[in-house]
Order: sequence, then C-alpha cells, then structure tokens
Amino acid sequence: MMARRKHDYYRGVRMAPYDLLKEFLFVTGVMALLVFVLAIVFSSPDEPSLTLQSVARDTPQIYAQTALDELDGNSAVAGYGPPYNNGTGSVQYIGPISLQKLVGVHIPVDTAQDYVLGPLSQAAANDPALKAALARYEHASATQQTTWTDAYNKALTKAKENPPHLAVAPCPSCGPVPLLMTSVLRLGQSGAMDGLLLTSGHFYQTDFTRALLFMQNDAVANHAATFNLQGSTWGVMNETGNYPGQAWLWLYTLFYQIPPYTTAWAANVDALAIVSVSILSVILLFLPWIPGLNRMPRLIPVYRLIWKDYYREQRAQTPQASGPVVPTGE
Amino acid sequence: MSITRSVQQQLTRTLPYDELLPYEQPAYVHSYVYLFGVATVGSFLLLFLTGLVLAAFGPQWWHFSSLGHFVNSLHFWSVQAVFFFLVVHQWAAFFQGAWRDGRGLTWAIGVITFLTSILTAFTGYISQLNFDAQWIAVQGKDALNAVGVGAFFNVLNFGQMYGWHVVILPILVSLLIGLHLLLVRLHGVVKPYPDNHTKPEVLS
Repeated sequence: MMARRKHDYYRGVRMAPYDLLKEFLFVTGVMALLVFVLAIVFSSPDEPSLTLQSVARDTPQIYAQTALDELDGNSAVAGYGPPYNNGTGSVQYIGPISLQKLVGVHIPVDTAQDYVLGPLSQAAANDPALKAALARYEHASATQQTTWTDAYNKALTKAKENPPHLAVAPCPSCGPVPLLMTSVLRLGQSGAMDGLLLTSGHFYQTDFTRALLFMQNDAVANHAATFNLQGSTWGVMNETGNYPGQAWLWLYTLFYQIPPYTTAWAANVDALAIVSVSILSVILLFLPWIPGLNRMPRLIPVYRLIWKDYYREQRAQTPQASGPVVPTGE
Repeated sequence: MSITRSVQQQLTRTLPYDELLPYEQPAYVHSYVYLFGVATVGSFLLLFLTGLVLAAFGPQWWHFSSLGHFVNSLHFWSVQAVFFFLVVHQWAAFFQGAWRDGRGLTWAIGVITFLTSILTAFTGYISQLNFDAQWIAVQGKDALNAVGVGAFFNVLNFGQMYGWHVVILPILVSLLIGLHLLLVRLHGVVKPYPDNHTKPEVLS
C-alpha cells in the first residue's frame, strides 16, 4: 500500500543505485575520526566544583554573610517563593498568572533551620556553650533576634578577612549571634556542613538542592563571573574554558539580552523567555501546516543550489520547457 | 482473532523490507546535503556508545581517571557533532520544504527530536559533577521554577537529573530518531521544487 504510493510518487523520476548502509558506515567512520581528533586536541572542560568547605575557607566573609542572611531571613532563598517557600522575591508572572504560585511549595526550605540552627544543634551535642547560645537565640522573641542579627550584620561588614580567617570586632549588642556565626563558619571550614546539608534521614544522598541554594547567590555567582558565565553575557549557553558550550541555547539566551525582556519585562524575564521560546518552537513544529510560512523555502533560492545538478539534468533533457518539470504538491 | 497474525499482516503491508532498506534512490539524492542527516545519526551512535561507557563506570569516574576523561571528551565532542549536523540537517530540510507531499509528520518528529535532544544535553551538563554543573543548575532552576516545572523537575537534584540523562531521555531520543528514519524510508525523500523559480507568482 505504502510501497505503491511511493512508487507512484516517484513515477518519471530517474532512480539510481544507492548504498545506504555503506554511506552510513563511511559517514560514521568519518564522524568517529573527527570526534577522536577533537577529543585528543581539545579534551573537555572539568573545572572542579565548589564545596561549602572551599567557600568557607577561601571566602569566609561571603560564607558568614550568607549564613547570617539565611538565619535572619534576608537571603534570596529565604524570600524566593515556590517551590521552596511562600516568599515572593522570585515569583514570576505570565500576564496575571503565576504558574509558580499555582504549583506551590514542593521542596520546602526553611533557611534558618536548614542552614544554621539545624546543623548547629547537631554540633552542639558536645559543646555546652554553643548549646546555651542556641537555646538563648531560639527562645528570644523575633524582635530580639532581629536586633541581634542586625547588629551583627553591621559588625560583619567591617570584618577583616584574611582567608581562612575572619576577624569580626567584638559585638556586645549581638547577643548569642557571634558564637552561632563563628560555629557555623567552623562547621563549614571543617567540611562538616557539606555533609550536614545533604542529610535526609537516608544513608545514600543524591540531592544537592539545599547546598546549591546556600552557595548560589554569592559564592557560585562570583566564581562564575570569573569565567564570564553570567546570564547578561550569554553565559547560560557558555561553559568554563574555551569550549563551545550549549550553543544550541542561543535563541533562548537571546531573550536575556534584548528589551523589553531586559527592561519592562525584567521582573518576569525567566517565565517570559520560556513562553517566547515555546511559542517559536510550536511554530517550528507546525511549520508544514502554517499557510504562508510553509511556502517560504520556495521563495528562498537555496533549494536551487541543493538540487542544481538535478535541474541542470532536467533542462538538458527538456531545453524547451519553462514550466514545472516535476509535479509536486505543497 | 489472532492479534499476532493481524499485527504481522499489518507490518508486512506497511513496512516491507525493500522499502525500509532500498538499494535505489532518486538520482537527485546524490547531493552532499543529504549526508547531514546521516552524520547526525552517526554522531548520535558515537554519543550513545561513549555514554554507555561513562554510565558503566559511574558519574565520578572521569574526574579521576585519565581514560575516563578521554571517554568524556569523546562524549563531549560527539554532543557537539550531533547538534552541529542536526541543525544543518534541519536547515537543509527547511530549504527543501521537506514536509511537502504528506511529510509533515516526518518534519514534526524531527523538531520534537531536536527539542528533546536539547533537554538531554541540558541534563547532561548538570550531571557532570563539576562547576559547570553547579552553575548551569542554579541558573536553570529559576527558569523552570518560573513556569512551575521546577517543583517536579528539580535541576539541583543530581539523582533525578542523572536518571533523566542516562535512561529516560536517551530512550526517548532513540525512539524518536527511529520513528523519524522509519517515516523517511516509508515516504521517501521529497521531490525537488518545480524548476520555475523565475515565476514566484505560481506559488498561490
């Protein structure tokens, strides 16, 4: 049935011997050689990952500031919104609708508990001073906690950093916060935090959500900036080193470079970039059935280059013909 | 009624061997442009094989083994080759108006394969267990969260992304490529446009 239809379709078309398998084997061989040579000459990128330990040791001020922000709820993650919490800081809209809010919180992150109080309560088992400081902080009113963390925030901005050391001036008005922050920095520098943020009650761990969220805004972003990987510089499609990266994301990344995505729509740029690229993808998908667009190739003479030998042969056979040589539906 | 017999008869009618593996093609197929699709499939085969080796030794292997790093490099450049030839093939198909004469589904499956390949590469990048993986994951999460997908497709969860990258998406891409090739073989390649380019008004 299908065979007869195809046979009818090719009626009048000159057929020629063609060894598909030989062609496939030859081309695959060439590809293998090409890939082999590229792998030998250029290798592949492998910039080591950051760890909480490396961040705490190399940039103790960033680490301590991040921990303080997580504790007092001023971090980007603390106010992010779904799927991590009920904040609004990173909630985006498509017109009046926020799909992010509709879906809700599915990966709950309590920044104070997960990043500071929880890990410290484990570390405090053999440290009475830390245990007392934790109890004092947790039993204080929210206003008192804020007073302490605000005071420590001021002290931290004036701290002197000499990695891995961080010297914060004595802060009598900071309550138990200096001891909490010193302890959480010590946990980070010892490597214990890398493990503590992965705990989920199971022995095997494969989910790095909490650790990555802790590092994302300053530590990871600053490191990425040294490789020119930021979103505003087409960074999402690039990678470390002189490698091609995900060049196929150019269209998606384009939206992060142009107005109104970078101006009026900036607050919702991620959602609108996804919507925009989805619309273009749907157009590409249904191109054969979109009137006008489906005839575009006919107006662009590239096809004459592709089939130039065929047209030359046809004209040689029927030099007087000026109309269509091969009937074809569109 | 025998289901086996009915399926066998249906397959014999719709998928005859001589159509799936013909030894003749229209003469106009003798053009380098037609090699880009084959180059895409060839690169994908290399990608698949090198991916099998990487998966067999585990996701940490290539970070401490020089042989592992070389296999990763083969995998890396195979990805680049797949996308390069896939995009060129797609442009070539566009300029040929390859969807004509009942080939729309072939084009659509090709586009879906391209989009699925992008997702496969994306999950590959965030399964690398290095700084690129960390950066791409924390960047990518905002876009996925913004449209409500991040709650279920968590790019910060290595275990989930690795599963997608080495099982779900490769199976999907392989099936899509297979279906695309099947449709190309069943319908044959599209005929050239009529040679009347000097009269574009006949398009209507």
